[in-house]
Amino acid sequence: MPFRCIIVSKMGKTYTLVELEEKANTIREDIIRMLEHAGSGHSAGPLGLADIFTALYFAVLRHDPKNPDWEDRDVLLLSNGHTVPVRYATMAEAGYFPKTELLTLRKFGSRLQGHPERLRLPGLETTSGPLGSGLSQGCGMALGFRMDKQLHRHVYVVMGDGELDEGNVWEAAMLAPKYGLNNLTAIVDRNNIQIDGPTESVMPLENLKKKWESFGWHVLEIDGNDIDAVIDACAMARAITEKPVCILAYTIPGKGVDFMEYDFHWHGVPPNHEQAVKALHELRTLGGKIRGEHE
Amino acid sequence: MADLHLVDIRKKLEMAPTRAGFGKGLVKAGELDENVVAACADLTASVKMDGFAAAFPDRFIEIGVGEQNLVTVGAGLALVGKIPFVSSYAAFSPGRNWEQIKTTICLNDVPVKIVGAHAGLYTGADGATHQMLEDIALMRVMPGMVVMAPCDSVEAEKMTLAMAKDKRPNYMRVAREATPVITTPETPFKIGKAYVFSEGRDVTIIATGTMTFPALEAAESLYKDGIDAEVIHVPTIKPLDEVTILKSVRKTGCVVTVEEAQVNGGLGGAIAELLGENHPVPMKRIGMQDHYGESGTPEELLEHFGLDAKHIRMAAHHVHELKQ
Repeated sequence: MPFRCIIVSKMGKTYTLVELEEKANTIREDIIRMLEHAGSGHSAGPLGLADIFTALYFAVLRHDPKNPDWEDRDVLLLSNGHTVPVRYATMAEAGYFPKTELLTLRKFGSRLQGHPERLRLPGLETTSGPLGSGLSQGCGMALGFRMDKQLHRHVYVVMGDGELDEGNVWEAAMLAPKYGLNNLTAIVDRNNIQIDGPTESVMPLENLKKKWESFGWHVLEIDGNDIDAVIDACAMARAITEKPVCILAYTIPGKGVDFMEYDFHWHGVPPNHEQAVKALHELRTLGGKIRGEHE
Repeated sequence: MADLHLVDIRKKLEMAPTRAGFGKGLVKAGELDENVVAACADLTASVKMDGFAAAFPDRFIEIGVGEQNLVTVGAGLALVGKIPFVSSYAAFSPGRNWEQIKTTICLNDVPVKIVGAHAGLYTGADGATHQMLEDIALMRVMPGMVVMAPCDSVEAEKMTLAMAKDKRPNYMRVAREATPVITTPETPFKIGKAYVFSEGRDVTIIATGTMTFPALEAAESLYKDGIDAEVIHVPTIKPLDEVTILKSVRKTGCVVTVEEAQVNGGLGGAIAELLGENHPVPMKRIGMQDHYGESGTPEELLEHFGLDAKHIRMAAHHVHELKQ
């Protein structure tokens, strides 16, 4: 993978890689605050996805935070809806809505429902939570764009790896290559955990690369916590036109918070106050290596 | 009823399956609006989507045998402005994919048109696995879903055209076997409206789908028995035309519901809920009484499970007596 210092987003904005890494860190801090305040929700997945979402919203996607329904926008579907805190935090960082609203997550009357609802918050492309249906919807949207000759619009579907236990995913995995949907990119968050434990003990998924390839997809394997690698893979995915592309993004669940990393017990629980303080300290001090501004 | 332009059911009736009406309507809807698209789960000819597939090959998607994929691809198409008709046998769609319909179609509020073919006992010889009797209940309980059952192929065609213009999620059930054609192109149809097909003052018979014809037959024989039955055809089970139904039941004081589906949660359930809260009267629900079907001819099955004109007539006598 080539290493870039300067990134030019699809929307013409310029960032240094360090700036994007700082954004991802800010998004992680917001995720911790949101989850602590909500008192329920999922920690590991959103933290692990922060780099992918930073790459998508600040470099990859054609989108306009001030005009969420922009008719030329790319589409990002979040199939594993339980990781939506990362999407909310990234959308707020991108300017879709004020950051103060993030603390309404999971509260009565909030636009930030526990699982994302399209009709509640502009910028969410669909409603999700029950697993396995995002890729099919992505296929439908990609087919619709093709019928309308809107091939400049690309569909990205972020999925969990535990979600791949769902049969619905593989129904869609057969359909996309059948119709040669090169305007569709699947991004699998391969963090190796799900609620009941490691994916390979709950329901073995490997060999995932061979599985997707045998279904007719072009597979890219990347470090999903490397923003540069995510941007690069998404660019490559758009350049590959003969097949739909599946990006297997290997991520660390709970990334950035030492006591959460790799631990499946953090899949579906939020930090309490003490844990949140500890997590925020760690995120702000690069794991205690530097002194934080808040100290 | 002259203004409804119905066929005289005492004469020899033309026979056609409701699924054929759907197929015709779908081609017309496709001609009228290029955003109308169709997807099918390996039953294209059987659910009568073959005409559309031939006319608009670029707007037809063959999903294969995957009903979860069928409705979720449909949701995706609708999210980008298409009006997708998605069809399989009702036993599989919405029989298998209820949660996907809830989350991706109804909670999303996108205009996906789900057509459940081979619904009801008219599926006959295929047996219990393929006789979908729970679809009305499954779809009726879902907020935002419009639930419909045409009485004949002519109405099915009109219903399909109306669905293409409706902005809501819709479910329509159609039957496999040919059934009598009792309406004409001039007969009115509007989503959400119930129609008094035969006026009477002694008992209200409320029927949906293919059971409207035997309800009319029963009304004929009841007239000979000295009971003047009113027959209301309810093509839209949800939202229910409460005004038309309450007006009739307030007049007659007793009611029989008739459907080719489970009465629990079906049309019978819907009418019981309406009348229980607004105007309780003696009531009998004709339909499947918490049973599964079995193989047989439609006639054998309708007779066995008590869904024919004879049983409707008996039920009408029963509630009429209770009233007095």
